[in-house]
Amino acid sequence: MLTFTVRRLILAVPTLLFISLVIFLLLELAPGDPMAQVPLTVPPEVKEKMREALGLGEPAHIRFWKWLVQFFWIEPQVLIDHYFGTSFSQGDLRVISWQTRSPVMDIVIQRLPQTLTVVGTAYVVAILIALPIGIYSAYRQYSWFDQLGTFVSMVGFSVPPFFSGVLVIVIFSVQLGWFPSIYDTTHVVTDWDSFVFQLKQMIMPVMVLALQITAQLSRFMRASMLDNLNQDYVRTARAKGLSEYIVVMVHVLRNSMIPVITVIALGIPSIFGGAIITEQVFKVNGIGQLLIGAIEANDLPMVQTLTFIFAVLIVTFNLIADVLYGILDPRIRYD
Amino acid sequence: MTELHTPTPTAPPRSQWLEIWTQFKSHSGALIGGLLFVLILLIVVVGPFVYWNDATVVPTGRDFIKLRDMRPIYHGLWDPGAKMNWAYPLGTDNLGRDTLARLMFGGRVSIAVGLAAMILALFLGTFIGVIAGYYKRLDGLLMRLTDLFLALPLLPMILVAAVLFRESLSKSIGPEGGVFVLIVCLIGITSWMPTARIVRGDVLALKEREFVVAAQSIGTRNSKLVLRHILPNVLSPIMVSATLGIATAIITESSLSFLGFGFPPDFPTWGRLLNDAVDRMTLYPERVIWPGLMISLSVLCVNYLGDGLRDALDPRIRGR
Amino acid sequence: MQFDEVGQKYKRTIQSDMEREMKIKTLLMGAIAATAFAPVALAERGADGQVNIIYWQAPSILNPFLSGGTKDTEAASLIVEPLARYDETGKMVPWLVNEIPTVQNGGVSADLTSITWKIKSGIKWSDGSDFTAHDVKFTAEYCMHPEGGCAQVTKFEGVTNVEALDDLTVKVTFGAPTPFPYGPFVGGESPILQQAQFENCTGAKAPECTSANFGPIGTGAFVVEDFKPNDVITLVANDHYRDPLKPAFGRVLFKGGGDATAAGRAVMETGEFDYGWNLQLAPDVIAQMEAGGKGKPVAGFGPLLERIMLNNTNPDPELGPDERSVVRPHPFLGDPAVYNALSLAIDRPLLVEIGYGKAGKVGCNWIPAPAAVNSDTFTCDVQDIAAANKMLDDAGYLDTDGDGIREAHGKPMKMLYQTSTNAVRQDFQALIKQWWSEIGIDTELRNISGSVFFGGDPGSPDTFQKFYADIQMYANTFNGTDPQSYLGHGLCEKAPSPANQWQGENISRFCDEAYDALYAELTNTAGADARAEISRRLNDIIVSKGGMIPLVHRGRLSAHANSLGGVKLNVWDSELWNAADWHRIK
Repeated sequence: MLTFTVRRLILAVPTLLFISLVIFLLLELAPGDPMAQVPLTVPPEVKEKMREALGLGEPAHIRFWKWLVQFFWIEPQVLIDHYFGTSFSQGDLRVISWQTRSPVMDIVIQRLPQTLTVVGTAYVVAILIALPIGIYSAYRQYSWFDQLGTFVSMVGFSVPPFFSGVLVIVIFSVQLGWFPSIYDTTHVVTDWDSFVFQLKQMIMPVMVLALQITAQLSRFMRASMLDNLNQDYVRTARAKGLSEYIVVMVHVLRNSMIPVITVIALGIPSIFGGAIITEQVFKVNGIGQLLIGAIEANDLPMVQTLTFIFAVLIVTFNLIADVLYGILDPRIRYD
Repeated sequence: MTELHTPTPTAPPRSQWLEIWTQFKSHSGALIGGLLFVLILLIVVVGPFVYWNDATVVPTGRDFIKLRDMRPIYHGLWDPGAKMNWAYPLGTDNLGRDTLARLMFGGRVSIAVGLAAMILALFLGTFIGVIAGYYKRLDGLLMRLTDLFLALPLLPMILVAAVLFRESLSKSIGPEGGVFVLIVCLIGITSWMPTARIVRGDVLALKEREFVVAAQSIGTRNSKLVLRHILPNVLSPIMVSATLGIATAIITESSLSFLGFGFPPDFPTWGRLLNDAVDRMTLYPERVIWPGLMISLSVLCVNYLGDGLRDALDPRIRGR
Repeated sequence: MQFDEVGQKYKRTIQSDMEREMKIKTLLMGAIAATAFAPVALAERGADGQVNIIYWQAPSILNPFLSGGTKDTEAASLIVEPLARYDETGKMVPWLVNEIPTVQNGGVSADLTSITWKIKSGIKWSDGSDFTAHDVKFTAEYCMHPEGGCAQVTKFEGVTNVEALDDLTVKVTFGAPTPFPYGPFVGGESPILQQAQFENCTGAKAPECTSANFGPIGTGAFVVEDFKPNDVITLVANDHYRDPLKPAFGRVLFKGGGDATAAGRAVMETGEFDYGWNLQLAPDVIAQMEAGGKGKPVAGFGPLLERIMLNNTNPDPELGPDERSVVRPHPFLGDPAVYNALSLAIDRPLLVEIGYGKAGKVGCNWIPAPAAVNSDTFTCDVQDIAAANKMLDDAGYLDTDGDGIREAHGKPMKMLYQTSTNAVRQDFQALIKQWWSEIGIDTELRNISGSVFFGGDPGSPDTFQKFYADIQMYANTFNGTDPQSYLGHGLCEKAPSPANQWQGENISRFCDEAYDALYAELTNTAGADARAEISRRLNDIIVSKGGMIPLVHRGRLSAHANSLGGVKLNVWDSELWNAADWHRIK
């Protein structure tokens, strides 16, 4: 397993380089213009000058090379400088956003806290709710609990957040006035009162997001449990006189985790990626909102950097999932 | 001395498919779901031909003010003074277009796009997942491809596809057919990856099981082995992916139209109706409730159908 | 520490909002008394606590010269200021100077080649240093630097030299007589930057000065405390502001992002915010929000016009990339009978009612404001389908094959009608398509995401400059009160084509010799009345000769909380132009 992991890690480097090239070409091909949001009152000659100032006049391969150097050589130096007070990166040009003319990584760091708290909490909440629901639904298949779970999760999944988000705002902010409709990213938790405020402003986005994730996870959990509950080894375990709890929670659960682990591993990068629509609706202004804003404004360095970080996370977590398969089911061999 | 009595079967052997059908029939959820889904299909396909109002006609002149913002007839139960008309059972929108007609017409597109895109994604995902899980040599390559597709940002991809293919497609199969093919392909191509990963994970575990090893040892061909032994055992995650996929496809279609790469703006779909009505949610709740309900209902139906199909295809459950 | 304070303040604002709600009856009854007491609130700088502003487009940068986006320019206007502004009526008012220079008072030279500004004495930057003419001169250099990519460089068009005659006098010299010399340093788009802060940031180095671009030092009422790009700005009152009693608010929370609906809701329904910018929403949605009782919408009218552009060239997809939307004429749109019939079939009062309500008026002219330039030649507020049909019949466009669609030269009259994605525009498309179907003209609709449609990417077939459609709908306007450069959009030579990478401003590819000649006359005419007269004639030529079909004269609609006093919606300058005078109505 160790050699497998090491081999995969080494292989990840060319993979990621290839992915970054594909992303770059895709963005290059996509129609769009960083000047789209500049009002029509600014004449085209001026826009052309502004494009040149952004470095758009240079050929594509030079821009790609510049981005590679900036991202893989200069940005790590900046990080080292930040932690050790050195000055390796002095005078080097970092990856600069076209919208804000400031380093992309600074904005990413600035956005991470709200995305991690809101989307991360939603994920934890969803996993905590979804797994028990999935397990019990499968164990008592077609009971009223299972039927209710199916109904709620399917409705929850098929209602898009642009609707459910606005619905909870109308109910809880406008009608009842319990929670703020606009997330305050400048809020800092210092004492009990500010913690309560933080909870209040988080509750709606977390609710909307968690509903979607719960629906998805619990369905896969249930299906996988159902597949395993009728296997011969379960009968054997029961025949041996093991308690029902041990049979379900140890034997069946362990064997049912593979698809669930896959789904969770696919989802964790999206915690960092943010939830685009939910962040928009609640004005959480995290990474998801940053990405969609950058795409709309055709801020290519920002989109490229964000999607690349996203790609790194995807590759990493898919690797982790593969390793976990081997641990859950020792029969799985990669070499 | 008693003679050895061999019991002769009285009934002819039943075919496997008949068994499956019997099992499927006994699953009440699946039956109701299936019937309901057929009903929805009938309504959206036949409805626009039977129904007296057209989905795209905007009343003009004095009619406009008279016919716009009409409430559904059931609204009269609690608010008899509301603007209602029996000719418009579900009311009209802010431009006086009939809501029921738009729902039926929109359902055609949404269900067609949802089903087609889901089937495409499912086919791609299952195929890649099974191949990657079963053939060790292809695993690395295919899973890196999956990583690549997972990482690609959806929006720029759609923009590129629209620029490259829209004009040529609409030239060859007409504007609406072209848009349909484009949307289905786009949604399909951008949503097969989770299915592939999930299927591959299951196949990795399955192919080490005794029955697969046994089948291999008696010389079963790989293609046969995959189709007869592996596929039926990964059916349940595929079914879940199918139900979730159809919901995602319907919603994604609406955001594509919103970006301007979907159907023309006067062409209603459920996702778009829902999207357009969100701003007036408190004033006219019926305009969000109906499309939302239809999407949820269709997804629920497909879900129960999938449940029944899965149970019917599982020989361990069958006959219990 | 600072963040913590903001959080506390924000929370307190919400609490005080709740209290206010309870007092709302008292407040309504004593409305007159409250207004009378309002000046009392100005007794002390910062006495009114915090004001919360929401812009649904989030500011990315606070240096207006590097962005040009309205959201960025307006956010920056809280901090940096120009020498003179336009007030809410469109009149120029001195801001950091004693008076507006004119030929009469000697500020503008008789040959119209130079203008001399006299700065008020005693103005200080927010860091306490003196504001001088050298800063003004530096600002001009900063923007006119060839490598800087300055978004506002048109403000400095024709400027050959800017010199500081002494600490408080600055002289701008133009290369040619300039009848309207109020480009540089006038209006929110052309504020003054501090030389000390931006000295090392000129030209190609401009984007490297992140901290300066995110926190410019200004003379305005507020100072940046923290700027989170594309998210939120916190500002505090400027200790060195020239009026010791202003601003009444000690803090500003400027939130960005989301959508217009959410912004309107936060101001008028939940009361979380005090000011919401540019709420482009249907009138019934606004009315419903207003019923929330926490705030009210305000509208103001500039020259913004929603119009249908008529393609004067042939957009046939069969034509090659060098000919499509380049070669003239259009198969049928060039005929006055056709475009007049199209215009006559439109019910403009209904469009206004459906789409804009209070924030719209029937628009018959390309230049609907200022009042002096608004032509009164045309009336267009009556829809007449029958007359439109007759017009087409008489011109020989008949439905020969009985399919309900007329034929022009043997081909059915079908048009592709494109616009950007926006709920109101899609409603307009549906309505207009219906009306035109009643005069026998078939329309195919298309909507395109604004970031593609308004982006100038020559590689995309969907930009408004390429105009690969028969007609398209959008809105445009001009800054300030002088329409000269805007009228230049009608010149033959400005038509987009592959030769200029589709970068022209004459989107409809209108071409008329008389127009070009009259425009040349305008550029050589001084005197407001004469210029207005020529402008009106130019407007009439474009509208009557098939350049465009004007639809709606659009206003700017913003909303403010009932408790926010001093708001004067200004469409000629930044909406936040008088934020120093804003106060809490107690």
